[in-house]
Amino acid sequence: MLETSNTESTLIEREQKLAADLKSRFDDVLEITIKPKRIKIKVKLEKLLDTANYINNNLGFDHSTSVSGVDYPNSKEFEVVYHLSTYGREDIRDIVIALSTRISRDEPKTQSLISIWPSVEYSERETFEMFGIIFVGHPKLEKLLLPEDWNDIPPLRKDFKPPGR
Amino acid sequence: MSKLSLSVGPQHPGSGHMRIILTLSGDYIIEAIPDPGYVHRGEEKLAEYRTYIQNIPHLERPVLLDATGAIFPYILAVEDLMNIIVPERAQFIRVIMAELNRIISHLYYMAIYGIFMGHSTMFMWPVGDREVFIDLANNIAGQRVSYAFLVPGGVRNDMPEIVKERAEKACNYFEKHLIEYERIFMNNPLFEKRTKGVGILSKQDAIRLGVVGPTLRASGVKSDVRKDDTYSVYDQLDFEIPVSNACDSWSRAWIHMEEMRQSMSIIRQCLKRIPAGPVKLNLKQIKVPPGESFSRVEAARGTLSYYLISDGGKVPYRVRIMTPSFRNLITIPNIMKGVMLADMPPTYWGIDYWPVEADR
Amino acid sequence: MVGGASPNIFVGKLKDILQYSINEPLNYLVNWGRLYALWPVHLETACCSVEWGAVSGPRYDIERWGMLAAFGSLRQCDVLVILGTVNRKMAPRVRMIYDQMPEPKYVIAMGACAVSGGLYFDSYSVLQGVDKIIPVDIYLSGCPPRPEQLIEALIMLQNKIRISKIS
Repeated sequence: MLETSNTESTLIEREQKLAADLKSRFDDVLEITIKPKRIKIKVKLEKLLDTANYINNNLGFDHSTSVSGVDYPNSKEFEVVYHLSTYGREDIRDIVIALSTRISRDEPKTQSLISIWPSVEYSERETFEMFGIIFVGHPKLEKLLLPEDWNDIPPLRKDFKPPGR
Repeated sequence: MSKLSLSVGPQHPGSGHMRIILTLSGDYIIEAIPDPGYVHRGEEKLAEYRTYIQNIPHLERPVLLDATGAIFPYILAVEDLMNIIVPERAQFIRVIMAELNRIISHLYYMAIYGIFMGHSTMFMWPVGDREVFIDLANNIAGQRVSYAFLVPGGVRNDMPEIVKERAEKACNYFEKHLIEYERIFMNNPLFEKRTKGVGILSKQDAIRLGVVGPTLRASGVKSDVRKDDTYSVYDQLDFEIPVSNACDSWSRAWIHMEEMRQSMSIIRQCLKRIPAGPVKLNLKQIKVPPGESFSRVEAARGTLSYYLISDGGKVPYRVRIMTPSFRNLITIPNIMKGVMLADMPPTYWGIDYWPVEADR
Repeated sequence: MVGGASPNIFVGKLKDILQYSINEPLNYLVNWGRLYALWPVHLETACCSVEWGAVSGPRYDIERWGMLAAFGSLRQCDVLVILGTVNRKMAPRVRMIYDQMPEPKYVIAMGACAVSGGLYFDSYSVLQGVDKIIPVDIYLSGCPPRPEQLIEALIMLQNKIRISKIS
């Protein structure tokens, strides 16, 4: 499915070219949303590693800006979003691709992308401790920012109520 | 030679709270593992319980030195979702505040560099000159350090007329003083001996690890969000990006100095070009429609980005903050290898790591 | 007169004489020596540390009032200045730092976060006021307090030291 927002086609020409390139290679990409300078791609969990490899090697996005987790308790899912950017290709330096996948909330496990982008090391560790999502293949999945004796549920989940509220 | 494990503990005389666990062989470091989290305050969780306007003071606090750079991407993300256009005069005032904050932050960096090297003049002069620019920011925004000046739709108040001549005086004074800085601090033989060739981060490593800010530009990559992914009125202004190929601590300090020069040139251009007009849209309420937005800005230390998800309610659904210090944390194991223990503090401060910003 | 009253009154008068002639001037002298040579340990946590840097600088020079900005070891310092938020991971270390300082020691809690939790009253990770783990002498509120307020806090601390009894 390819959806575009209502902007002039010249403004989003490069983004549409990149999206078409990806779509031709992987035909079971779930959804692509395009805004000026921002592309969002949703894939299934099994295809995450292949899509990431393609975006790194062929499209030239050589580092990851951030890794975020989002909690959707109504649909019982977590969403893991990788934001990617490039230093090598100077013509598309302003474009940011958001690569995301949905995983189940009761057994949150996903593939770590540290073998493709080494810059995700600390962000994946933080997402693990804040949501409880396990990244298979990460060399050191431990607490980073929370106190060592934290024994409550991961704090950024929606069912954790802050003290005093 | 036997190995020694040393914990450079959370409380430091000059920097914030951060622990580095070193493994030493004799006098040289062979491994360095960072341990952040001693100033973690839970900003991302708190942002989900306050309205969009109530979020502004506490989202500035991670980098209070550079408050405008810290809140700018949040405001850009909210305005992107609301689809509003900010008046031109407000955009120029925002750029003036952002560049003033960049100068203030870089002067603090130089001051603490002086403390880590034991050079107390290098502490006193920048802190004294910093007061000149803090006074300017005080005249525009009404506060010394914690402004809460940027709002969705513009800025809170108009800039008084007297700022133009005071800014001109301040820039003239500081440009002369900057030449002295270069002579006394940068070209000092002791400073050069301790920082040239120390803490090397190669260009391939810098790209592979996704490093940002002056640390990236000191490794030979000419990248700055103000030119690459331009925002606000930076495309109408004329400035350069200093880059160095030396990849060591000395060039990181030199790039901070050159950026201050460029910032003063930007402030002068803004004061010449600023048009008359309103400074904010008179919005009755901040109503943000559902959607997602990713925005990034060049703060003093590097690229600061926000990922904002809204579900149409009064409070944001998810606010993800990615600060430059957290992204540069990954360089610590790399640049510390082979450095002598006595050179560890300047090398650590050279990457401009601010612990509160990394922990949020 | 009763037998034991006369030596008691004599001992009482002797105690008064000793108090006025030796103890009080000694008290004053020792306190005067402590007042103007306070060495601080500053726990530079978060945002308030920016104003600490400004107050040590040339414009608001706090060294004029006797707080030397000495970045030395903990074992020779008098005053612990808590500059900002203390969180759960850092709290045992703050207690350790307080215990390592030699007596007599004083604590200034600077900023709204150190006084009572401040802006982060509903955070899962912030200690609501540093007086939950160490005794505090001077509470200084503000977010962040201006450099002039820090100087006022120092003067209040000095007044407190001046009238305290050495034991």
